[in-house]
Amino acid sequence: MNKLILGRYFPGDSWLHRLDPRAKLLAGVYFIFVLFLANNWETYLVLGLFTFAVMRLSDVKFGIYLRGVRPLIWLILFTVFLQILFTAGGEIYLDWGPITISEFGLINGVYIFCRFVMIIFISTVITLTTKPIDLTDAINILLRPLQKLRIPVDELSLMLSISLRFIPNLLDETQKVMDAQRARGTEFGEGSLFRQMKTLVPIFLPLFVSSLNRAEDMANAMEVRGYQSGEKRSIFRQLYWRRRDTLSLFIMILLTTLLIWLRTEGGIGH
Amino acid sequence: MQLLFDSVTADYQLGPIRSPRVLRSIDMNLKSGSFTAVIGHTGSGKSSLLKAMNGLLIPTDGQIKIGDTVIKAGKNKRSLKKIRKQVGMVFQFPESQLFAETVEQDICFGPLNFGVPLIKAKKMARDVLIQVGLDPIILTKSPFSLSGGQKRRVAIAGILAMQPEVLVLDEPGAGLDPAGKKEILSLIASWHHEKKLTTVLVTHDMDDVATYADDVIIMNEGQIVMHGDKRSIFSEEKELKKWHVDVPDARRFQLRIEQETGVILPQVCLTVEELAEALIEVNLA
Repeated sequence: MNKLILGRYFPGDSWLHRLDPRAKLLAGVYFIFVLFLANNWETYLVLGLFTFAVMRLSDVKFGIYLRGVRPLIWLILFTVFLQILFTAGGEIYLDWGPITISEFGLINGVYIFCRFVMIIFISTVITLTTKPIDLTDAINILLRPLQKLRIPVDELSLMLSISLRFIPNLLDETQKVMDAQRARGTEFGEGSLFRQMKTLVPIFLPLFVSSLNRAEDMANAMEVRGYQSGEKRSIFRQLYWRRRDTLSLFIMILLTTLLIWLRTEGGIGH
Repeated sequence: MQLLFDSVTADYQLGPIRSPRVLRSIDMNLKSGSFTAVIGHTGSGKSSLLKAMNGLLIPTDGQIKIGDTVIKAGKNKRSLKKIRKQVGMVFQFPESQLFAETVEQDICFGPLNFGVPLIKAKKMARDVLIQVGLDPIILTKSPFSLSGGQKRRVAIAGILAMQPEVLVLDEPGAGLDPAGKKEILSLIASWHHEKKLTTVLVTHDMDDVATYADDVIIMNEGQIVMHGDKRSIFSEEKELKKWHVDVPDARRFQLRIEQETGVILPQVCLTVEELAEALIEVNLA
């Protein structure tokens, strides 16, 4: 529970920490799209170096990023194996009915692995260097145009920031309830799957009840202080777009040009 | 049942982060049948001390002996279950652990986990519910439909139904009105005497300490700084001040009277009754 690195904030004062959250968010999302331009080892190398440089800029130890990948490693390996087993083409090393291990399969597997790891690294960079509350503000501002389509952007971002705010409380409370039920003789992670699932009820039920109660308290407290949804509201934490923010987006465009130039037409094998 | 701590050191490990030591080489001996109050301000390690008594916090160093069961660093699966059956733990705001559909099921949860047959557990549930001062009619009600004070009693009943030999309570009266708090504490005190339990109570209220406990433990930064009979502990005002611990109201009043009149009363008075008697004895009242 406490091992999750993805979604954590590490206080610091690096260049990346000081970047406007909007710039970081835009660049991060853009990077994920740009990843799909890569189709040979040169392009992957460029992207890898770029990712590495960004990670160095964040002033966070490399080990922490690796820890961020760890919980997802099985999902990644599973996808990689599917790629390796079911992609045909090139030299064939092993043929076993519908399952073949081929040259293209292996290459694709490695590429997919790199792609996954880079996506995780870059998104970890963003969350490690940006306060959650800044991130929700940025999302709010970036989604503003959707208000024209009558999408309640303000409400959505309020919901997002409230849920982010209460994650630590919920973790604390989970620990407390688990301890309390353990003291009453529950053993977690033992017995058959069905029995293990049954031991979750005494944890989740109290958590649901207290979350609902808290939500009601929170709603009352907001209403008492005059909160009204749909009102035009100013922002408490002003975000300032500086030269470095423009620069960061410019770097992304440079990266794209470089990738398009290095890219081979038609993908691998040509 | 005796609780013996032998230079117990412990900390919480949260993923990569290790907390500073929450318990630092604690040596302590709680005699069978004693009623001990643990005091100390927030973060002094009171709750951790309680958790260690129930095997929820395993020592990294030293060992804990409860009855003849030992907990120390490493795996102690079988002894943990035994200890949790013997040591009933009432957490702070225990009503937040209620989950079952009916009060009866909730009270039976603990006993059933420890292998008590259903019929016996149900009978037990009814008995303890009466003991904690609730009407057995509510056995079939949902615990969530009860009032705050009733929920607290049901939660405590759920622990008592396990028939523990050691009862460990973390501020059982917190958040209740004075009358409700007094009722719950006197209930615990009478249960303590009736069942000859060893009881440990964390509290912030010195008057509760004076009224219910025999012994007092004062904690500071993960260490036990004072441990002794309540009367001798409360006679050392200077030492207490060092740990920011108050004395009971009656004792404070006694000190003030002694200061104003210059008459030293014959004994350390912890309750109003004791003080009144002492005052009559020296002809001040």
